Amino acid sequence: MAILSKDDANTILKKVLSFSKADECEVTLNGSSGGNIRTARNMVSTSGAVDNVSVVVESRFGKRSGIATCNEFDDNTLRRCVQRAEEIARLAPESPEYMPMLGPQTYLQPNAFAQNTAGITPDYRAKQAGASIALCDQKKLSSAAFLEDTAGFVAKRNSKGLEAYQQYTNLDFSVTVRTPDGTGSGYAMADYTDIGKFDAGRLTQIAADKAAGSVGAKAIEPGKYTVILEPAALVSNSDASLLGALMNAFDARSADEGRSFLSKKGGGNKKGEKLFDPRVTIYSDPTHPEIPDLAFAGDGRPRQKTTWIEKGVVKNMFSSRFWAQKSGIDATPPPGAFIMEGGTQSTQDLIKSTAKGILVTRLWYIRPVDPQTLLYTGLTRDGTFYIENGKIKHPIKNFRFNESPIIMLNNLEAIGRPQRLAGNLIPPLKIRDFTFTSLSDAV
Amino acid sequence: MKRRDFLELSSLAAAGALLLPSFPSFGGSVVDPARLLEPVMDATVNKRLADAALNAAKSAGASYADVRIGRYLNQSLFTREKQVQNIVSTESFGAGVRVIANGTWGFAATNTVTEAGIAKAAQLAVQIAKANAKVQKEPVRLAPQKGYGEVSWKAPIQQNAFEVPIAQKVDVLLAANAKALENGASYVNSALFQVNEQKYFASTDGSYIDQDIHRIWPTFGVTVVDKQSGKFRSRQALSVPMGLGYEYLTPKAADKVMGPAGSDVVGYKNSYDMLEDAGRAAKQAKEKLTAKSVTPGKYDLVLDPHHLGLTIHESVGHPLELDRVLGYEANFAGTSFATLEWKKQGKPYGSKVVNIMADKLQPGSLGAVGYDDEGVKTKQWPLIKDGILVDYEKIRDQAHIVGQNESDGCCYAQSWQDVQFQRMPNVSLQPGKTKLSVDELVSGVDKGIYIAGNGSFSIDQQRYNFQFGGQVFYAIEKGKITGMLEDVAYQANTQEFWNSCAATCDESDYRFAGFFNDGKGQPSQSSAVSHGSSTTRFNGVNVINTARKVG
Repeated sequence: MAILSKDDANTILKKVLSFSKADECEVTLNGSSGGNIRTARNMVSTSGAVDNVSVVVESRFGKRSGIATCNEFDDNTLRRCVQRAEEIARLAPESPEYMPMLGPQTYLQPNAFAQNTAGITPDYRAKQAGASIALCDQKKLSSAAFLEDTAGFVAKRNSKGLEAYQQYTNLDFSVTVRTPDGTGSGYAMADYTDIGKFDAGRLTQIAADKAAGSVGAKAIEPGKYTVILEPAALVSNSDASLLGALMNAFDARSADEGRSFLSKKGGGNKKGEKLFDPRVTIYSDPTHPEIPDLAFAGDGRPRQKTTWIEKGVVKNMFSSRFWAQKSGIDATPPPGAFIMEGGTQSTQDLIKSTAKGILVTRLWYIRPVDPQTLLYTGLTRDGTFYIENGKIKHPIKNFRFNESPIIMLNNLEAIGRPQRLAGNLIPPLKIRDFTFTSLSDAV
Repeated sequence: MKRRDFLELSSLAAAGALLLPSFPSFGGSVVDPARLLEPVMDATVNKRLADAALNAAKSAGASYADVRIGRYLNQSLFTREKQVQNIVSTESFGAGVRVIANGTWGFAATNTVTEAGIAKAAQLAVQIAKANAKVQKEPVRLAPQKGYGEVSWKAPIQQNAFEVPIAQKVDVLLAANAKALENGASYVNSALFQVNEQKYFASTDGSYIDQDIHRIWPTFGVTVVDKQSGKFRSRQALSVPMGLGYEYLTPKAADKVMGPAGSDVVGYKNSYDMLEDAGRAAKQAKEKLTAKSVTPGKYDLVLDPHHLGLTIHESVGHPLELDRVLGYEANFAGTSFATLEWKKQGKPYGSKVVNIMADKLQPGSLGAVGYDDEGVKTKQWPLIKDGILVDYEKIRDQAHIVGQNESDGCCYAQSWQDVQFQRMPNVSLQPGKTKLSVDELVSGVDKGIYIAGNGSFSIDQQRYNFQFGGQVFYAIEKGKITGMLEDVAYQANTQEFWNSCAATCDESDYRFAGFFNDGKGQPSQSSAVSHGSSTTRFNGVNVINTARKVG
């Protein structure tokens, strides 16, 4: 029952709305079904299956709002859920940031669902995990991996005439391969809407090569270096990331309130200012065929193709509906994912054109240090290599960095070919004067 | 759609105004606040349900089974400046069954808590165990555990926070906000998190354990913006998440601990003065705008317990989790430098002053429970003795790996629907045995920095290299606090840092730092943990200046 058709979802949504006695009522159905498998030390450690559908009811009396949820669908339960939302709404204080619910909307039609992915079985998961383990058994390496897949839907309907429905699928895989003596470590990750191209063995091979290649790392002095950051060093789905942090800071209210890097001295924000290298263009597009996304935000606002940074200039910021109305701007919702425009060069091409530099597979434990400058700290991990005269010379010990994505996107040397990662399209970047502040013994 | 979460983060969190935790138990249903006061689960009913699960598991071929029937209640209040932003009450109820069949673990959970529903989950768990057994290389070996029969444990709280009317709790938050605004804050966000875990555990060893656990965390973030310069600075609350009831929010003079003379820092033990801290936070955030930017170099650091707790958590608590040490977390959180081989070498983890205990007992701590989530009675045990690593944190299926025959009782699952695994117990630095006050400690420092409150934190995947910030920083010159500093972070290596530990204050200064949301595992689970310590001195630590120029 986890993935309801549009008709089945509508039947439930309409029924719930018919129980409402509130001034405004909005009902959202979220359902997903999927599973996961985890391995470590070349063995399956845990695996599980998750299947759930839930209803969220928001009821409003004037500027008072209440929310209740349930996950059973008989009339009595649904009616009680609506009543509960109404009781909570009556008890709630009036919201000074009240906005009326949205009326009918027009949405783009991304194709974010693949039958292939929705049909994953426990056997499929075990087979992919098995291929990853077998490769490491054979090479006498030690692997730890995690595969998680989801097929789901979101349906929404309110008393003002808003209707939204969409299905989606997703699979995430990541693998860390280590040499038995613990002196080499490598990593690979990938995610898919359609699992047609997923091959855990191929990804494990990449991680295994990095692990073997990183044995015997040499220490070099911390300092400012030219780096090639692979996409996994720029975005992540399990940690903060440099580009994720940058895009999270594109909130208009924080900027207008004076507490963001996009705040302007004396008040207001930096929309329209050139803050980055002119080759930097970042946008979002829920219909992009490589990273199809939900066509609506959590509050039902349509997601359109939106340019955030164009040729280094801040073009748009996202905003709540309340703040948009208050400050007289478009109420652009935050994107689900983003696309950084790039060129045609592969990571290998970027290495070839580098006289001296460092190849970074991945950055880790990334935390904010100063929100004013977006300074972040973190470390390299799972494959860091010294480049000389266009070739990888030798592995090097991991570094701690202290760097801001704003400075990074001004010190741009070259942009490679974007690839899908954590739902985004991200190119490898060559950056000069990237700041490493200390060495780490971690492998 | 996990991958999309990162842009759904609160922009306030991104601005550093209030670092909100990810709140795992929000997976439950949103309920009327009155529901949170409905009586705890009936142990007689639970025993019947549990027996149905255990019998079903045994009939299906399990050699061991345990069942956890759990009711997880949460309430969170959020405000900013003069308004309430959100009030959410949630309840999650269900049961998880874990089994060993053919020498392999299996787990299944259900929210159909009937004899039939729970038996079905038990059968599914056995099915999964048998399927996974086909690729298993070694059978699970559980440390023996005798059954305790029917027992119970209740957190020693004075007032259940769910019994306090919401309006009264909102008033406290708004009063704290008002104090911050009066004292110069441009913005203030505040929140109150309350948790009640009602857990019933039963196993084929013959234990039936009923537990009632409470946690509370009031917090805020204050930001001061200087429009002219465009500069802004924040200061987070110095409150501590605790395993206490609402009594934590009734300030008692005896629970206030003064920082060193000249520092304007007050720490809190078992009760918290939110209004006082909010007013002080606004003043301190304002002072940070014009405070002297630190000159990088080596300094002797004097770290307050609120700050040091996070350093202990990252550089001692995590590297000594035995599953990390063995490689089970390699693909996510990482491994550890403190391997079994490293321990055998007997190298000093820290100086002789460093005595660190693990426990699940300290009253008011987040880790305190009577029994863990696999039915082991909790205890205290040493991790580091006079600077030498003597033990790890381990559970029943790990004890044999280090040649021991009992679990440490630190197994935990964030809810009924997640499988329990090894989690960090409270890990605490023992106070100094000789009398030493904070002022006496500071008086011996020639060139140093006093840091209070935990801030930015980052550490590598084997727990060698770390960098920590803080909430407020004060220069120490010739034994005296001379003024506030800004842009301070220190970088060190775990072993060098703990070996530079010069002295720690006596037990009159001992108090907790705590964390509601320590993340581990895939899919990630959250757990709550406390770290006790007294103000402590570390010599010659590398301090960097974090100021940058952009735009």
